[in-house]
Amino acid sequence: MSSAEVARLANDIAAQFAHRSSADASLATATHMRTFWDPRMRRQLIDLVAVGTGDLDPVVVGAVAHLDPPT
Amino acid sequence: MALLKEPDLGTPARHGPSVDLEVDGHQVSVPAGTSVLRAAALAGIDIPKLCASDNLEAFGSCRLCLVEVEGGKGTPASCTTPVAPGMQVRTQSPKLEKLRRGVMELYISDHPLDCLTCPANGDCELQDMAGVVGLREVRYGFDGENHLDAPTDTSNPYFDFDDSKCIVCSRCVRACDEVQGTFALTISGRGFDSRVSASAGESFMNSECVSCGACVQACPTSTLQERSVIDLGMPTRTVLTTCAYCGVGCSFKAELRGDEVVRMVPYKDGGANEGHSCVKGRFAFGYASHPDRVTKPMIRERISDPWREVAWDEAINYVATRMTDIRDRHGVGAIGGITSSRCTNEEVYVVQKLVRAAFGNNNVDTCARVCHSPTGYGLKQTFGTSAGTQDFKSVAKADVMVVIGANPTDGHPVFASRMKRRLREGAQLIVIDPRRIDMVRSPHIEAAHHLQLAPGSNVAIINAMSHVVVTEGLVDRVFVAERCEDFEAWEQFIARPENSPESLEEVTGVPAAEVRAAARLYGSAGNAAIYYGLGVTEHSQGSTMVMGMANLAMATGNIGREGVGVNPLRGQNNVQGSCDMGSFPHELPGYRHVSDDTVREVFETLWGRTILAEPGLRIPNMFDAALDGTFLGLYIQGEDLAQSDPNTKHVTAALSAMELVVVQDLFLNETAKFAHVFLPGTSFLEKDGTFTNAERRINRVRPVMAPKTGKHEWQIACDIAQAMGYPMSYQQSSEIMDEVALTTPTFAGVSFDLLDKVGSVQWPCHEEAPTGTTVMHSKGFTRGKGRFIETAYVPTAERSTRKYPLILTTGRILSQYNVGSQTRRTANIAWHAEDILEIHPHDAEVRGICDGDEVTMASRVGETRLRAQVNDRMPVGVVYTTFHYPVTGANVVTTEHSDWATNCPEYKVTAVQIELGRKPSVTETVARHRGGADPDQPRSHESHDRPAALLGD
Repeated sequence: MSSAEVARLANDIAAQFAHRSSADASLATATHMRTFWDPRMRRQLIDLVAVGTGDLDPVVVGAVAHLDPPT
Repeated sequence: MALLKEPDLGTPARHGPSVDLEVDGHQVSVPAGTSVLRAAALAGIDIPKLCASDNLEAFGSCRLCLVEVEGGKGTPASCTTPVAPGMQVRTQSPKLEKLRRGVMELYISDHPLDCLTCPANGDCELQDMAGVVGLREVRYGFDGENHLDAPTDTSNPYFDFDDSKCIVCSRCVRACDEVQGTFALTISGRGFDSRVSASAGESFMNSECVSCGACVQACPTSTLQERSVIDLGMPTRTVLTTCAYCGVGCSFKAELRGDEVVRMVPYKDGGANEGHSCVKGRFAFGYASHPDRVTKPMIRERISDPWREVAWDEAINYVATRMTDIRDRHGVGAIGGITSSRCTNEEVYVVQKLVRAAFGNNNVDTCARVCHSPTGYGLKQTFGTSAGTQDFKSVAKADVMVVIGANPTDGHPVFASRMKRRLREGAQLIVIDPRRIDMVRSPHIEAAHHLQLAPGSNVAIINAMSHVVVTEGLVDRVFVAERCEDFEAWEQFIARPENSPESLEEVTGVPAAEVRAAARLYGSAGNAAIYYGLGVTEHSQGSTMVMGMANLAMATGNIGREGVGVNPLRGQNNVQGSCDMGSFPHELPGYRHVSDDTVREVFETLWGRTILAEPGLRIPNMFDAALDGTFLGLYIQGEDLAQSDPNTKHVTAALSAMELVVVQDLFLNETAKFAHVFLPGTSFLEKDGTFTNAERRINRVRPVMAPKTGKHEWQIACDIAQAMGYPMSYQQSSEIMDEVALTTPTFAGVSFDLLDKVGSVQWPCHEEAPTGTTVMHSKGFTRGKGRFIETAYVPTAERSTRKYPLILTTGRILSQYNVGSQTRRTANIAWHAEDILEIHPHDAEVRGICDGDEVTMASRVGETRLRAQVNDRMPVGVVYTTFHYPVTGANVVTTEHSDWATNCPEYKVTAVQIELGRKPSVTETVARHRGGADPDQPRSHESHDRPAALLGD
C-alpha cells in the first residue's frame, strides 16, 4: 500500500476524534487501528512516523505511540 | 410437494374480544369485527364467493356469499356482515341456492365459454363457483349485449389483461390500492359499461402500474394472467423458497411443471411479505436460465488467453495449486477471498472457513463492505450488535416514520407497501434525502417534512435534530437513565450552539425551522421509527451517521418495542446473513472479534487449525496491497468488483496485478475479464440453504432443480480446501447450518428442520427464545446499556470545485437490481433500458442540455457518457443517476473517498461536471423508446475489449 494511502486513511480516522482532547483522540485512533487494521498497515504507519515522512495529522502521530509493532 | 393452494378465509383477520355465534348449527368463536364469511370459513364451512379475499377489505359486490341470519331481514352478504353474539347463520337454504345460481347465470351469460382452452382452466374461481352453486343452464342465452369481443391488453411483458373474461369484481383494483398502494387501477364507466381501467384508460405498460403482480394474484379468473402460464400451462407442483433480490427477502411459491419454473407466487405465510411481491421477485427470474449462463469451469494462464473449458477436478486443483504456490512464495497474507450477499449463509460460511482454516489468514471480506459495513460498525458501537431492531410488521405500529437515504418504493418495494399502508392510516412521514423520492408525495401519501439536504451533510442534519430534542425538553429521561450510558457527555456535546439547526443551515441547506419542526414531530411521537439505506452508509461519515441515528432513537426512548427502532434497509437479499457468517476480516461468525481468545478457541477446536488473532485485509486494502505486490491471489464468490467498486481504473489495475484471480459467478462478469479461473455458480433456484433478510429473518432457500453446474457452491469451497490439504466436507448443506448453530450463540438451535417446521426465525435465537426475537433490545441492549457516542460533523474531502461544480449522487430504480447482471437479462429492461442522468432544469439550461440529450459526466478520476433527463427531483447543483448498466460506467467517476471507520466507498458524493455531448438522432430516440437496449455482457466465453465499467451494489 502506498504511504500516501496509509496516511490518508489514518488522517480520516483522526479527523473524527478531533473534537476530543488530543490525548483522547490519539488513543481512540490507535484503538480503532488495532481493531480494524491489518498488521501490515499498522506496521507501515509506524514506519512512516519513524522516518518522519508523510503528511500526518498530529493525532495520528500520537496514536502510533499506542501501537505495538505487529509481530 | 404437490401444487400448494393456500386457503382463503374471505376477509382479513380481526383482533378483539371473542364473539360466539352459530353457523349452520356449528358453534364458533371469533374476534369481534370478524365477518360472517370468515367465521364460517374458520368453522370449516365455505360460503361461495368471488369478490372476497382475505387480503382485501370486504367489498360486497358479487352477491354470491349471501346468507340468512335468524331474526334478520333479507339475505345479507356474509363478507360485509360482522358477527354478533348469539348470531345464528344459515349458509344453505333453497332460497340462497336459487339466488346464488341466478347470480352465476348472469356472470356466465357474459363470459367466454372456453374453459377447456382457457389458461386458468383448473385454477379459476368462476369455474369453481359455477360448480359449487350447481349451475346447469344459462336461461338468458349468449346473444345479448356482452363484452366477449373486448380487446386483450398484451402491453406488459409479464401478464395479459383479457377484458373479455373480466367479471368486474374489483379485486385487482382493491389489491392495487390496499396491498400495493399504487392506485393505478380503477373501474371506469357505470353499470354494464363498468370496466377495469389502468390509469386513465391507458395500457398497463403506459399506466402507473408497477407490475407488482398483486392484481394478477387477486384475479379470480384468467382476466389478468401470467404470460408464462399462457405459454406453458398450469404448474403442477410447488417448492417454497425465498426471493434472491433485495433485503426484504420475500417468501415465494415456486410453481413448476417438472423442473421448469412456470411462475413465482408470493407466499401468504411468508413472514416478510405476507403474500405480496414486486416486479423483480414475482416475474424477473428468467436470468437463471439465460443463455449467458456459464455452467462449465474454465481456466487460462493469462488474462489475454482464451478461456478453456475444463473438468471440475482440474479447475479445483489449479486453484489449490496456484493459491498454495503464492502463499509459499509470498507469505500467508498474500491470498484471500471475498464472499457474496447473493449467496446463502451456508455458502458464505464455508468461504470464510476456507480462508481462515485453509488459506490460514483473515483476508476475507464481503460485498457489504461497499454498502452496509457502516451499519455493522455504528449499531455495534451503540446497541451492541449489527442488526435492525425491528421486524417489518412493526411499522404498522409506528406513528412517525423517518426515511433517511433510502428509496423504499424502488429499492424495497414490498416493505414500502407496508409503510404506505400505515401512512394511509394516518402515520406521519419525514423524508431526509437530497432527492424528492416518490414517497415524498404519491397517491394518498404526503411527507410532513422533506428535508432536502445537501449530499454529505447527513451527520449535520441528525445532530441538528438531536440538538432540538435535547434543548427543547423532548428527551425520554426515564428511558435514558434506565437503559443507556454516556448520556451526559453526549448531551453537553449535542447541546452546543454549533449543533443547532440554525448553525448548520448553511451546511445542510435545509431551513432551520423545517429541521426543528421535523425534530419536534419525531421527538414527540408515541412511536417513531427510523428506516435508512445506502444514502446513510455510503458517505465518508457513514458510520458516524448510523451512530447519530442511534443516539436520536435512544434519547427519545424509541427503542425496544413495536413501532420504533433503527432499521437498515439492506440492499441485497443476504447482506445481513453474509455479515452474520463472519465475512468481515476482523470478525468471526456472530460479530465476534478475532482477537477474542475464547471465541477463537471454539472454532480452532472444531476446525483443527489455528486462527490468526489479527484482522485481515478489507477489499480496498486488498487492491492497494495487490498494487504493492504483497497480495496476489483472490477467490471471489459472486461479486463483480470491476463493476461494483469505486474508481474502476484503480480496481482493474489491482486485479491485473494479481497472479491468480478466481471468479465464481453465474455469468462472465466484468471482473472475469481479469480472472484466470472461472467457476460456475448456481442461481437461487438451484441453491439449498438459507438467506437472512433485513429483519434478521432466516428463511429457507430450497432447490427447485439440481445445480446446472453439477456442483453446489458450498461444495466448490470445500473442494478447494480439501485440495489445499485442509479436510472440509459436508454431506449436505444442512450440516453447515448445524455447525453455525453450534459455534454461534445468536444462531443456537437453528436448523433446516426447525425452519421447515416453523417457517422462519429471526435471530437472536437462544434458550429463552428458541424460535427467535422479533424486536431487539426490548429489555436491555445487546451490549448491556445503550451507548451514546458523540458524532461531530466532519465535512467530506470531496467538494465541488470550479472544474467539477456539481455533486453526483446515485441510487436505484424499481425494475433493476444493483449492477443489473440479473435484471438486465430479463424483460425488466422494458422499463429501464439504460441509466439516465437526472439534472435540475437550471443546471441543464445553463449547459444547453435538453431532455434526452447525451451528456458527458466527468470527475477528477474518470469520465463517462449517458443520457440526460431534466427534472426538478434534485436540487440545483446536484445530479443523480442509477448504476445498473456497465456501459454507463458510473464507478468510472466515483473516487477513493470512503467511510472513515469501515472504508465503505463514498458513492453518494462525487464532484462532477456535466457537458452536452450530442443530440440523439430521431432514429436513436425511436429505437430507445422501443426498449432496444444493447446487451452489455459477452454472450460467448471470449474475453472482450469494451471498457470495464462501473458501479456499486
